[in-house]
Amino acid sequence: MEAIGLSFIDWVIIIIYFGFVLGIGMYLRKYTLNQEDFFLAGRKNSVWVAGLAFLSANLGALELLGMTGNTFKYGMYVAHFYWIGAIPAMLFLGVYMMPFYYSSKINSVPGYLKLRFDEKTRVLNGIAFAIMTLLVSGINLYAMALVLHTFLGWNWDFSMWASAITVAAYVSLSGLMSAIFTEIIQFFLIWFGLFLVSILGIIEIGSLKEIMARINSFSSQVSFTTLWSTSSDPTQNGMFISWGGIVLGLGFVLSFGYWTTDFLVVQRAFSAKDLRTARLTPILASFFKMALPFIVILTGLIAIALSIDPHSGFKLLRDGGQINYDSALPLLIARYYPAGLVGLGVTALLAGFMAGQAGNVSAFNTVWTYDIYKSVLNKNASDAHLLWMGRVSTIVGVVLSLITAYWAKSFPSIMDYMQAIFSWVNAPLFATMLLGMFLWWITPTGAFWGLVAGMSSSFLMYLAVKFHWFAERYITMSSVQSDMAANFWRAWWAWLICAGVTVVISLFTKRRPKAELVGLVKGLTEENYDQHLPFTKKPEFYALISLAVLILLNVLFW
Amino acid sequence: MSEHAMKPIWYFVGLILSIIGALIMLSGIYHLISPPEVKTVLSDLHPDIWWGAVMILFGGTMYLKSRKPSA
Repeated sequence: MEAIGLSFIDWVIIIIYFGFVLGIGMYLRKYTLNQEDFFLAGRKNSVWVAGLAFLSANLGALELLGMTGNTFKYGMYVAHFYWIGAIPAMLFLGVYMMPFYYSSKINSVPGYLKLRFDEKTRVLNGIAFAIMTLLVSGINLYAMALVLHTFLGWNWDFSMWASAITVAAYVSLSGLMSAIFTEIIQFFLIWFGLFLVSILGIIEIGSLKEIMARINSFSSQVSFTTLWSTSSDPTQNGMFISWGGIVLGLGFVLSFGYWTTDFLVVQRAFSAKDLRTARLTPILASFFKMALPFIVILTGLIAIALSIDPHSGFKLLRDGGQINYDSALPLLIARYYPAGLVGLGVTALLAGFMAGQAGNVSAFNTVWTYDIYKSVLNKNASDAHLLWMGRVSTIVGVVLSLITAYWAKSFPSIMDYMQAIFSWVNAPLFATMLLGMFLWWITPTGAFWGLVAGMSSSFLMYLAVKFHWFAERYITMSSVQSDMAANFWRAWWAWLICAGVTVVISLFTKRRPKAELVGLVKGLTEENYDQHLPFTKKPEFYALISLAVLILLNVLFW
Repeated sequence: MSEHAMKPIWYFVGLILSIIGALIMLSGIYHLISPPEVKTVLSDLHPDIWWGAVMILFGGTMYLKSRKPSA
């Protein structure tokens, strides 16, 4: 692949962005005075700041290259990640779970496990989460290196190290606050930098209807342009999955596991100034989440429509004989953007990757410092020492994520890798959280061994399929297979095993007294928050509007 | 607490969108006067000029509305 040259103006824009984020890190440094400032941004953010950061923390490599590439590979079914695979879970977090998280004044999600169950469950989850964030952080580095390699012809190693050093610098300076600031800047840069690709793609092809028509005429056997109407038979859709896998695996387990328990996103809500703001944080974010397919999915569909037209001259890159699906978006930017706009498009991608990496690193430093270091290694650490540890662990986390970035390169599509990790860690954790938050009689022993069983079974299923110990069809219950379907179903089984083991062991082991669980478990906690507000000001009202929009979108693209 | 109140995030968002938007629009005007040899698809629509203008409008409004530091 010949490198796409950047003009002088493109370089100026990219350099301005790098200077800007480093400058923000230095500016915020003087406002980062204690550990709460560093790890929780002082708990003073408005709903707009916390909400956009909540969404943007997830808007890294995953959303940009991965989802556009996956749309090319699987078709419109990828939109399920944004709609049924996100919105119900985000609303559930805001309406039901946030009061328990926020009111208990914990610093992290593993911190809730400590209060609800015991120290060993917290440490187990803390270690699993820390490893997962480093792996996901590595994927952001890999994606960034792909962009720099595609556009500039830069060396992979140099690209990853250059971006990692920048992220390490600004996160270690001011922690979560600088991560949140850059995430919000990234949110706007992504919309301004990438939505234009969708607009110009529609203009070139003619209309959205024409894009769909072209794809349908090319692929009459397998649908790439529907959401549900071909989900009763896995052989009829590009993802080779049935509605059961989508609803149970993605819509329930993976989605709720990610959006309600993954500290990377939930940490942003913890930075809100009060409980109502924290509850509104994921609800506000849900509206923006639903809009994202108009960038990534639409761009992926445009890439399909262009690639099946021999006169368009559009073709995805190939790496070692395999199609590089993740090259779809960079190639469309190169197709439509003149000098200047190319700089903006590249900056938007870079911002997405760096913010995604910064999000993982800021979550990692918190969980490491509170849930592993202070919990196990140094229980009497002072405030100043923890602040220092947060900065050190930021740098160490970035270095470790660099190592994992090289592993990410061995997967043909970014998203498959990401979902595999989530199904190991988040899917079983969601079972533990759900049971722990809603059933008082779940015991610490049950929670711990349920989590162990869920995580290890998910990992073993992954290894078993990868090394052909048994056929994938036993997991997916289908005659046709795809990596994505396997991830969804594996997540479902891991959740079920974790829930089953937790319940059974809890029936035979010692329960904690109800009095100790007040404020941590539904049914034992007085829920009198927001009662003075009229219904139209309550988070529930906005959640209902979001739900209505979700239903409307699914019906429109049925 | 620090001597000066912290500027809101919207100030920084407005600033960077305005600066980058202005650079893109100026670059678009330059391309209009002196067209490049290699043209992109739909370059006749001059997306850099009008998209840069949209960014200046949006970013400028955000910047002007958030110049006062948050309490």
